[in-house]
Amino acid sequence: MNTREQMNIVVVGHVDHGKSTVIGRLLADTNSLPKGKLDQVKATCERNARPFEYAFLLDALKDEQAQGITIDTARCFFKTKKRDYIIIDAPGHVEFLKNMVSGAARAEAALLVIDAHEGIKENSKRHGYLISMLGIKQLVVLVNKMDLVDHSEDVYWKIVKEYSRFLEQLGVKPIAFVPVSARDGDNIASVSSKAPWYNELTVLEHIDSFRKQEETIEKPFRMPVQDVYKFTESGDDRRIVAGAIETGKVSVGDSVVFRPSGKKSSVVSIEEFNVPKKTEISYGYAAGFTLSDELYLPRGEVMCRDNEKQPFVGTRFKANIFWMGRNPMVLNRKYKLKVASARVNVRLVEVLSGIDATDLSSIKGKQQIDRHDVAECVFETTRPIAFDLINDIESLGRFVIVDNYDIAGGGIITSALEDNESALKDHVRRREIHWDKGLVTEQDRTKLFGHKSKFVVITGSEMAGPVAKLLERRLVDSRRAAYYLGPSSLVDGLDSDVNEEHEQREEQIRRLGELARILTDVGTIFITALPDADFYDLEVMAKLTAPHEFLHVPLKEEDTVAEKSTRESQVTDSILNKLIKQEIIEDYVI
Amino acid sequence: MDHLEKLEAKSVYIFREAYKEFKNLCMLWSVGKDSTVLLWLARKAFFGHVPFPLVHIDTSYKIPEMIEYRDNLARKFKLNMVYGQNTEALKNKQTYPLGTTSRIACCKALKTEALKHTLAGDWTRYRMNHSTGEYEEDTNKEPYTGVIAGVRADEEGSRSKERYFSPRDRENEWDVADQPPELWNQFKTDFAPGTHLRIHPLLDWTELNIWEYIERENIPTVSLYFNQGNGTRYRSLGCGPCTAPVKSEARTVKEIIEELRSGKFSNIAERSGREQDKEDGGGLETLRRDGYM
Repeated sequence: MNTREQMNIVVVGHVDHGKSTVIGRLLADTNSLPKGKLDQVKATCERNARPFEYAFLLDALKDEQAQGITIDTARCFFKTKKRDYIIIDAPGHVEFLKNMVSGAARAEAALLVIDAHEGIKENSKRHGYLISMLGIKQLVVLVNKMDLVDHSEDVYWKIVKEYSRFLEQLGVKPIAFVPVSARDGDNIASVSSKAPWYNELTVLEHIDSFRKQEETIEKPFRMPVQDVYKFTESGDDRRIVAGAIETGKVSVGDSVVFRPSGKKSSVVSIEEFNVPKKTEISYGYAAGFTLSDELYLPRGEVMCRDNEKQPFVGTRFKANIFWMGRNPMVLNRKYKLKVASARVNVRLVEVLSGIDATDLSSIKGKQQIDRHDVAECVFETTRPIAFDLINDIESLGRFVIVDNYDIAGGGIITSALEDNESALKDHVRRREIHWDKGLVTEQDRTKLFGHKSKFVVITGSEMAGPVAKLLERRLVDSRRAAYYLGPSSLVDGLDSDVNEEHEQREEQIRRLGELARILTDVGTIFITALPDADFYDLEVMAKLTAPHEFLHVPLKEEDTVAEKSTRESQVTDSILNKLIKQEIIEDYVI
Repeated sequence: MDHLEKLEAKSVYIFREAYKEFKNLCMLWSVGKDSTVLLWLARKAFFGHVPFPLVHIDTSYKIPEMIEYRDNLARKFKLNMVYGQNTEALKNKQTYPLGTTSRIACCKALKTEALKHTLAGDWTRYRMNHSTGEYEEDTNKEPYTGVIAGVRADEEGSRSKERYFSPRDRENEWDVADQPPELWNQFKTDFAPGTHLRIHPLLDWTELNIWEYIERENIPTVSLYFNQGNGTRYRSLGCGPCTAPVKSEARTVKEIIEELRSGKFSNIAERSGREQDKEDGGGLETLRRDGYM
């Protein structure tokens, strides 16, 4: 088995500051070029009477793609005695910033190239900011083209001072500043005699001393639910909760809790294919579990261990964001947020400070985030999400924002904020102020029907529908105003304009809640069945039903499992009788 | 975790994202080592199952052993196996082996065109009926809009520019310069109706990683990859007339790994046995922009 380590390194820098030359040099000096390549390119240069440059190597290799050598300006491979490297050459032009970000997001360490002659440029700063935002902790700055400034120690120190001060504001501490001349190979793979005042490590030595980022600290277990599988048609009865474990570890028998819903269960087995059974699994693996309960778990739930520190659950947070969208991000418009496996609607509530990435000067009072801007802002999601802060658990503290199908922004969550002024509460308050009341009062209706109105939502089992219908039947039989409405009845009518898939459920729940507000105002007992409603769906519906009453009836698993011989109607009957006996369904009558 | 475990976990994650986000999903199956590893990773992701069809483009010039292996594996793993081909071009004898077209034109007709129309569902597709073990015309004509493919970034230049989730337009064209950003584990999975998507779970794997994984997982592969006693073996499989075996004594997976790691092939391109790549400077990129895999 290959035990050699592999590491991804991104090379960034302003355009023409010498990235390609640095990479060409690294390939040449580590003998990572195809046989004869160097001589061939040198010969071509001589034939065309132009001076040889190491940057030509990359172009030449690119031309060579038809022969399939493993090279491109996008990724190059090189080896040292210590390990194998993939170099990600990130474009320097500002138009290609999203490519730079994509490349850098895969890197474990970064080389940032600054031209000693030209000095620190706009992208030197923007790239520094993005490196810090992407969570790349290992950074070596190359002060390149030292040959153009006569290897001046003063020029070197000037750049070191100025750029260090800039990075400090971002909380980034580079490992080193190396004065190099990539063209001449000074301090790239071998020590240069031209700058005797520098006697620290060469670039290559720095690269080899980068550390692999292994999580050494014990972190709480987090597994965002990617999907739940049941391949019954293939004769497989396992119900497997699948996802990638981001941090921590979990064992068979552990109690687990899912956030944001708060549903609890315990791990029955760890499921994998073509490996011996495990009793424990830890971060990094794409895992699968069977649980002791059949929970309804949508994407976006995060599996956590019961006895560990829990993630935040809420709708408001503060974040730093980088915007790549063609259109600016504007206040109060709806965007889609992807954090871990959750996809929810999100609004930009406030821009705390816009940061001009070129000089990090802050711009106050910004009402939008423009392309290539970075900004500190407050966001609010339309339903609660589970998240962590970037400094605690990276993978649950970063997100992207989708604008009209495109990933337009990336960000990191820096703090959680109180939810108390949620949009939903606001909405209900405003709605009730403007509610245009008729001449008939609630008391009049209560007297007329002989009972209070109420919105009853039955959940927890596929039996919820039959139970809800039977409840309606019995209530009407005893001369009460009751009405059952299955949510599916709304799909092609009231909800027929809801097309966006990720919004569907949220919007359908919202409309059901608004409908309940009206039907309870009519004085009826409005009944529906939502087998898989979670706590948030219920909370939304309860809030929207206000000022009228809301009753949640969760069916218990054990009550709904029938003997094989029993008819469904008998089961429904017995469930309902039980609920009435337990006085769960009772108090409509005054 | 070692490097292979990390590669595996990432690929499995990509598979699951693709399966969750796209309805009309299929996986391309070229019978070679990469797509066999791809198949294996799908089984990893879905706990022994492959919940989407495998699509093979049959140029009719594939080495017979490949087709035999494909069907045996499909039967053994109960795979939803589908194939399509350019029957028109074959009927009209418009192929390179018959001397009527160039290599590139032949690839374009028998692979790219066949692929395009097989995916679109407007040419006949053949699906294996597992109760008879034979192929019959597929009644499902729905287009496949999400296509999982075993492309590796280290194969050649144009592939190294790919994204894990790479959008193509209706004509299967690829805009290399304007690709979606991919931050961390968040991919572009929102698309305007009509967008086609290529999904590449193997992007970070190298040829060596593929063989190391085959060894570790004990994955069955076509015997053509091994020296059967005549001192040659195939390093990369394609159509018979355009793929040449390489000189090699390697008879086992272990020996292939040795050959790639420090032996004779450690510095020679994998596709050097493929003639169509050499035809014009950027032959493969030209083909790929047009939908070639």
